[in-house]
Amino acid sequence: MMLLFLSALLAIPAISLAQSVAPVAQPPVTQAQIAALQQAVDANKAAAAAAQSAGDNAWMLVSSALVLLMTGPGLALFYGGLVRKKNILGTMMQSFAMMGLVTVLWAIVGYSLAFGHGNWFVGNFQHLFLRGVTLTPNADYAATIPEQTFMIYQLMFAIITPALICGAFAERMKFSAMAIFLSLWSLIVYCPMAHMVWGADGLLNSANIHARFPSFDFAGGTVVHITSGVSALVCCLYMGKRKGYPYTKMAPHSMVLSFIGACLLWVGWFGFNAGSALAASPLATSAFVNTHFATAAAAIGWSIAEWIHNGKPTALGAISGAVAGLVAITPASGFVQPMSALAIGLVAGLVCFFMVFMVKSFFGYDDSLDAFGVHGAGGTVGALLTGLFAASVINPVFKDAAGNPLPSGAIDGHWGQMLNQSAGVAIAWIISITGTLVLLFVVDKLVGLRVSAEEEAAGLDLSQHNEEGYDLNS
Amino acid sequence: MVKIEAILQPSRLDAVKDALLEAGIDSMTILEARGHGRQKGHTEFYRGREYSVDLLPKIKIELIVNDAMKDKAVNTILSAARSGHIGDGKIFISRIDDAIRIRNDERGEAAI
Repeated sequence: MMLLFLSALLAIPAISLAQSVAPVAQPPVTQAQIAALQQAVDANKAAAAAAQSAGDNAWMLVSSALVLLMTGPGLALFYGGLVRKKNILGTMMQSFAMMGLVTVLWAIVGYSLAFGHGNWFVGNFQHLFLRGVTLTPNADYAATIPEQTFMIYQLMFAIITPALICGAFAERMKFSAMAIFLSLWSLIVYCPMAHMVWGADGLLNSANIHARFPSFDFAGGTVVHITSGVSALVCCLYMGKRKGYPYTKMAPHSMVLSFIGACLLWVGWFGFNAGSALAASPLATSAFVNTHFATAAAAIGWSIAEWIHNGKPTALGAISGAVAGLVAITPASGFVQPMSALAIGLVAGLVCFFMVFMVKSFFGYDDSLDAFGVHGAGGTVGALLTGLFAASVINPVFKDAAGNPLPSGAIDGHWGQMLNQSAGVAIAWIISITGTLVLLFVVDKLVGLRVSAEEEAAGLDLSQHNEEGYDLNS
Repeated sequence: MVKIEAILQPSRLDAVKDALLEAGIDSMTILEARGHGRQKGHTEFYRGREYSVDLLPKIKIELIVNDAMKDKAVNTILSAARSGHIGDGKIFISRIDDAIRIRNDERGEAAI
């Protein structure tokens, strides 16, 4: 009896020991199972890519809307408030006309000239009438979003660039002349410049390994701001000053409208810069942060300079400073670190203040709304500072054969980048000056550029559009 | 019957209006005007250039009063509007031929 109990007691650990030492034999893994696992992995990869695409496309569509908002009503209000009351509608109509005209031209031929595969300087006609531009991505430009998203995003840039030039000839250009001039300008100045900087085979495109002068222009410091700003200078010199300038006071009729416009520009610019990452990526975050920091620093810089120089900081100065910062950070936004963005903004605020307050009154040209002083000068400063502050830790553009990042800008030790930036700046200046001069001459001969003296005195609203902006007594 | 036209600083409007009401004058016309006196306004700075601004905002009050009330009205305006600084304004007095109430065709001093 006792022996039975003892052996039963001993058996229990023996049984459990037997279970852990001798495993149950597994059936061999089959090819079918491997294939099924591979399918599951592939399906997961595709799902992840689709999710990334969805995120990227959502952000890019929002960015496109933000950039259009910058023109209408951002720029329309900003410029509209700065002119005299009798010209408010005429000024807003100039921005609005671009929204219509440039869109149609872009759809027909503009996108092709800018982003088709042509040569170093301009695209071709492969995408005439948007042929071949579908909802599948174009890996040359943005591999995770439909090409039509890329196309529509770029269109919003093409719209605002000529609209900026209107600041130079405010209150004195015929509507018909403006419509013809700026439409042609968008084709012969904007599209080639966009191609050179962003086209897959562009001369200046830093992503093009065959580029002659790879320059860093993330969101269009040269393409948008230098071209529009320098063209603006050419326009105001060619067309001459407003009647009564500079002795008559021609102050903004509504700083309220300009203020609202400036804030819409600030917020919209997040689409302009951060959207230029062409994806909802950490690079977009970088550009977003840089944009905001530079703007704030520039507004402060201009305001301090004005406070010292004139005794009081004005609302006009603060918003002008903010726009100067936005312009200067545009080429740098996806290449620099946040502290560099603060520095770029501060420099831009001070330089543009100097341009508007000292240089303009010294030379006496009537750049009515400071398109050259802010966009031309700010864009030039920004493009050059991009070469200084571009850091490969933010955006590794140059890579060696093994794929390791190489130095980007001077801050990384690559001082040669300043030469590339200068080339981009110089080309932008040259193409703007020559293209604008030719077009001004042609359009002047066709329809005449300026309104008559009586029309200028009556205002653009009545003379060009038979309307009044405000009829507060009705 | 006299017409009293007073050109005032806009900031003085409320004080003058209240004083006139207290003095028993309760009909008046108030207009927004622009102008300047001998000093021709002031200079303003805009975008690096200096401009002379000579169209300054003013308020104009027009009163029609009986001859008997004329001195009282003028003195009321003077004491309520005077600050002692340039830009206080001016008062002009002229004679009017007739006054008519549109509602019931009353004429003369009864219409004031």
